[in-house]
Amino acid sequence: MFEQYLPVLLLIVLAVAFGAGSLLLTGLIGPKRPNQVKNSAYESGMEPVGTAHERYSVKYYMVAMLFVIFDVEILFMYPWAVQFRMLGLFAFIEMILFIGLLFAGYYYIIKKGVLEWE
Amino acid sequence: MKLELLGHLILTVAIFGSLFLFVAYAVYFERKVAAKMQNRVGPDRVGWYGLLQPFADILKLLLKEEIIATQATKFVHTLAPAISVIMAFITFAMIPIAEGFYIADINIGMLYMMAVTSIGVYGVTLAGWSSNSKYSLLGSMRASAQMISYELSMGLAVVGVILITQSISVVSIVESQTENILYWNIIRQPLGFLIFWIASFAEANRLPFDLPESEQELVGGFHTEYSSMRFALFFFAEYTHLIVASSILTTVYLGGYQIPFQSFLFPGLDGWWLVSAQILTFILKMCLFVFLFMWVRWTLPRFKYNHLMELGWKYLLPLGLLNVVLTAGWLLIYDGF
Repeated sequence: MFEQYLPVLLLIVLAVAFGAGSLLLTGLIGPKRPNQVKNSAYESGMEPVGTAHERYSVKYYMVAMLFVIFDVEILFMYPWAVQFRMLGLFAFIEMILFIGLLFAGYYYIIKKGVLEWE
Repeated sequence: MKLELLGHLILTVAIFGSLFLFVAYAVYFERKVAAKMQNRVGPDRVGWYGLLQPFADILKLLLKEEIIATQATKFVHTLAPAISVIMAFITFAMIPIAEGFYIADINIGMLYMMAVTSIGVYGVTLAGWSSNSKYSLLGSMRASAQMISYELSMGLAVVGVILITQSISVVSIVESQTENILYWNIIRQPLGFLIFWIASFAEANRLPFDLPESEQELVGGFHTEYSSMRFALFFFAEYTHLIVASSILTTVYLGGYQIPFQSFLFPGLDGWWLVSAQILTFILKMCLFVFLFMWVRWTLPRFKYNHLMELGWKYLLPLGLLNVVLTAGWLLIYDGF
């Protein structure tokens, strides 16, 4: 059963080897002449002001939350979709109800203006 | 059984190698296509018609200095490009390139591809965060918000295909499409195809949705603070995404390795000839999508960020839900309740 995962594992090992290998190699053979200006943050030639780790728009947080909600919904659809043709009308009505409920929430989100980016 | 496993392991190495070459030449191809569209020549100095250009580029970037800014979080800064490129490569694991030729046929193949693509977002996010630079942070915030938004529509579009196939295994999705073009999912799922295709532009961070690295406002976006091979790995990941997205589109919507009307046009084809023909068909279909991606990139201007998010959330998401309901309803009528 788990034998079929072995090639996937090999692919992961190859990809990791490529990633780590090229990072190591470039560190080994590249020149190293650091100086203070070179190592400062790039801000189009200006002196960097403060740190970048400041507060940023709450919109991104909202999008992340909405993503989790809808992604879980879609995840529920996968097993439903596989079994759908065996379950027939029953599954169809169930899913219409499910989508309907989530759509109500979606409508609320839109009306609240969460998805307005200005 | 052991022999079969060995075959798959060898195939894995072969596929990894060819994927590597394809990605390297996708960069060359992109530059040539761009040059043609802008009436330029493009790279033509290294090797015959500039064919050795990708290797010259890799060598150059390998020999460059690694600049790690003092304010950066060193470990995460190093980790981020590796995550990006690794996740881009291992997405390919589920894609069959000919009948019986795949790295693995796992019963949750489609789910695996979606999951691995999601992890790819971490590379971009961590890169921006660990650089501790304003351009990088803004770019990575945009990138992660955009990628997760379009992932929803992508996942929804696939539900339609799963409804028809009754399986999440990628191999059965390809097999269900047969050699008859009318059974290809692009015909059976036109709306789903359109949603998936648009979403894959956003997933691959390409124009018209390349806001995470829009040069005019963010310099380089999330990879502003990266140099040498670290930058090259992001670049590599981007083009791997391009190849992988084209392969997924081919597999899920364009019949994968299926040769159109094969039993009618080439009835005598079997054995290794059939396998080679199927691999060739797969590559041709994939290249078609790669070219379309490039064509769009050099033709359309960039979206505004609010338009991008609006398109994802207000149009593609409801359309995706509609597609699921329509497909389910149609199947219900087709199967006679």
